[in-house]
Amino acid sequence: MSSLTLHDVRFVEPEATRNYITQDYGALSWLFTKDHKRIAILYLISITALFILGGFFAVVMRIELLTPEGDLLTSDTYNKFFTLHGIIMIFFFLIPSIPAVLGNFLLPLMLGAKDLAFPKINLLSWYLYIIAAVMGLYIIITGGVDTGWTFYTPFSTQFSNTHVFGVTFAAFIVGFSSILTGLNFLVTIHRMRAPGLTWFRLPLFVWAMYATSIVQLLATPVLAITLVMLMFERVVHVGIFDPALGGDPLLFQHMFWFYSHPAVYIMILPAMGVASEVVAAFTRKKIFGYQFVAYSSLAIAFLGFLVWAHHMFVAGISVYSAMIFSFLSYFVAVPSAIKVFNWTATLYRASVSLMTPMLYILGFIGLFTIGGVTGLFLAAIGLDVHVTDTYFVVAHFHYVMVGGAVMAYMAGLHYWWPKITGRMYPEWWARLAALLVFAGFNLTFFPQFVLGYLGMPRRYHAYAPEFQVLNVMSTAGASVLAVGYALPLCYLLWSLWYGRPAGPNPWGAVGLEWTTASPPPMENFHETPVVTWDAYDYPAMMKAMGETQNV
Amino acid sequence: MMLSDFPLWPEQASTVAPGVDALMTFMCIVCGGVSVLTFFVIFILAIKYRRTSENQLAQDYEPPKALEAAWIIIPFLIFMFMFVWGSWLYFRIQRVPENAIDIYATGKQWMWKFQHASGQREINTLHVPVGRPIRITMASEDVIHSLFFPAFRVKSDVLPNRYKTMWFQATKTGRFHIFCAEYCGTQHSGMIGWVEVMEPVDYQKWLAGGAEGSLASQGEKLFQKYACNTCHTNDATGRGPVLLGLYGTTVTLSNNATVTADENYIRESILNPQAKIVKGFAPVMPTFQGQVSEDDLLKLVSYVHSLGTQKTAVVPVETPSSKDTSAGSPLKPGAGIPPQKDKGATP
Repeated sequence: MSSLTLHDVRFVEPEATRNYITQDYGALSWLFTKDHKRIAILYLISITALFILGGFFAVVMRIELLTPEGDLLTSDTYNKFFTLHGIIMIFFFLIPSIPAVLGNFLLPLMLGAKDLAFPKINLLSWYLYIIAAVMGLYIIITGGVDTGWTFYTPFSTQFSNTHVFGVTFAAFIVGFSSILTGLNFLVTIHRMRAPGLTWFRLPLFVWAMYATSIVQLLATPVLAITLVMLMFERVVHVGIFDPALGGDPLLFQHMFWFYSHPAVYIMILPAMGVASEVVAAFTRKKIFGYQFVAYSSLAIAFLGFLVWAHHMFVAGISVYSAMIFSFLSYFVAVPSAIKVFNWTATLYRASVSLMTPMLYILGFIGLFTIGGVTGLFLAAIGLDVHVTDTYFVVAHFHYVMVGGAVMAYMAGLHYWWPKITGRMYPEWWARLAALLVFAGFNLTFFPQFVLGYLGMPRRYHAYAPEFQVLNVMSTAGASVLAVGYALPLCYLLWSLWYGRPAGPNPWGAVGLEWTTASPPPMENFHETPVVTWDAYDYPAMMKAMGETQNV
Repeated sequence: MMLSDFPLWPEQASTVAPGVDALMTFMCIVCGGVSVLTFFVIFILAIKYRRTSENQLAQDYEPPKALEAAWIIIPFLIFMFMFVWGSWLYFRIQRVPENAIDIYATGKQWMWKFQHASGQREINTLHVPVGRPIRITMASEDVIHSLFFPAFRVKSDVLPNRYKTMWFQATKTGRFHIFCAEYCGTQHSGMIGWVEVMEPVDYQKWLAGGAEGSLASQGEKLFQKYACNTCHTNDATGRGPVLLGLYGTTVTLSNNATVTADENYIRESILNPQAKIVKGFAPVMPTFQGQVSEDDLLKLVSYVHSLGTQKTAVVPVETPSSKDTSAGSPLKPGAGIPPQKDKGATP
């Protein structure tokens, strides 16, 4: 081509042949790497393995729930399966997913930096993750755990005779992995931005990662403390949570949710960041209300610390504290609503391309909206009394966690796959998978809202016969969903060898990560980029390219 | 398949259920409406402004910034409306009517035990009269459970360290689910039962069969068995405070703090007597932690409760058509159904 197009960029040196993948060979060069991109790949492989394991537990549970009687598994096994599904999906997949894979890979690229601020700590956080994961796997093989991922006392401290200590210890360790990642990102965002890359020129993904890191750094230590107390209580029996010794089991719930509610935002804020990037790239437009979207991430991070007791409306808190937590829960819904409306408004008079990442993100917006508004149902305390601890809650948080976080993770994976691997994924198969995931997800989880309102409690191995039809629908949906998730696993692997070479900027997107080669060289940029344009500023970007194109 | 085999909406069988369903309907309409509208707008915009050539940029246009204010303020106002409605409903669900019938419940792995004031005990089944408010006072013997009546739209966690109360008033007779809603171990999904809502006459008949004395009278026997009566005498000569007329009053403690003598206070004073010492008394009472079962505790509390109301008028059981059936009843005065007050209707 003789004339420059959107797909050409300034900083690439076409003769560069070595990239972060081909720089070194051999297992040791990966296991002892300090490169953020390689560590991201290590994370990608690890969390994918654990996602498959967590998904296996989910599939077996859904098969069990085809019939009202508990006939496939014993009750103890079923209880262990939902516990392990929760622990694996939350601590070992969702929390590290977008930050540790996409964040690790992209943050230095988006900032125009060579690496994160602390490359060795970055590698340490992956090792902590792996140690915890291996402990978790050992525990699964040797008998598992049956407390639910919430570890409620006194069941976990005095009554469960499964491996509570080991699992809480593993969660304790993986928490430090999360803390270190958050710390690393915070320092990197503060100290390592390229010249000209001011705070309000940052991509919204960076803002989202910034807010996430604050929550990781401040909330996860509380989980660590809580788990230490639980382990101490279980081994030494000091009586922190034991009423017979003057303790209070509700104290555990307060401390647990003080982490675990903000943890919801550790999972969803990065997803919102991905959504902003993908919407901007596939509309070729600056996100409407950029500053509102940026600040709303910080508002969510802050308000997320103030709503923990909305998990406890029927647990034994006073009427007035229930009211206060209800009020604050409505408050935290506002910044999420702002984001959804801003993404929608960005589509207006845009240049919309419905490639796979955008399909996932449109799905994300829809499913996250449903997950969000059903949170409003649960925040209405009079209604919560009926629906809490039922399948309504199960459906609600799967809409947020799977419909929200996982959809966005899939979007991000497809969007940055060409940058990560240098290869395009097969578009047709990817669209098919995106549609299957969307349809399968809704068929799985929408009936659960109805089940919940009918009164089916969660964590039930056997259930009343009148709930069967909806459960069969849900299981049917889960099988579609499983196919939808299996497809990318196959075609993404396929694309590593047979995918079309992507080139530096296959989407014609703006953002520093698209100005370097795909896959990027070890040092990311051959020369430090200087930023003179705002985020998603297509006209300025075109001008910077010295191109006056009439489009 | 019959529609009755495949319900989409739970049965309404309590006074609060229509209120909960009304809020649910409102939430579905508002949230569903806004969501569908948003999806529709996204769909239209994505089609209308789809990219037609590879290098096409967006039009250089930004919607007015006032939109931003609109979708901050309007949702917030709607949220506040939901908050007020939800809280109002919550107050209604929490406020126990004065003339409620007391029933005591114990959760344990993995069954529900219910005790009626007249002494009737049952497991995983609860008989209640229709049209009368029922107050359930409950505790757990082991882990946290949650007593859930879907048809009544109420649930409450059941804790091992203190009493919680919930109430409902059934509006139709029939058989409705009882579920445990808080995960409690192996047989969590088997910790279920039925609530049998009966006509008051039938309830009265049911109560009359096979009780071993009222709960309070069983508590009185325990009061003697554990030798509580050696210190808690009925005159001011004992080493412990007089319990006659105590229930519901305000007690001044040795540190000059005050506390209302309710079920939780009585329970705590039995299990952990040193926690709250009544002013003027020495901390000499031993703990009964581990010696008294949850069932017996409820009986003792019920007895102390009955002592508290003994000075007030004792009203015999009376329902319009139950005079003949209650004639040979072994019920103690005051047990069973208290009289319905005219103004006792729920708000």
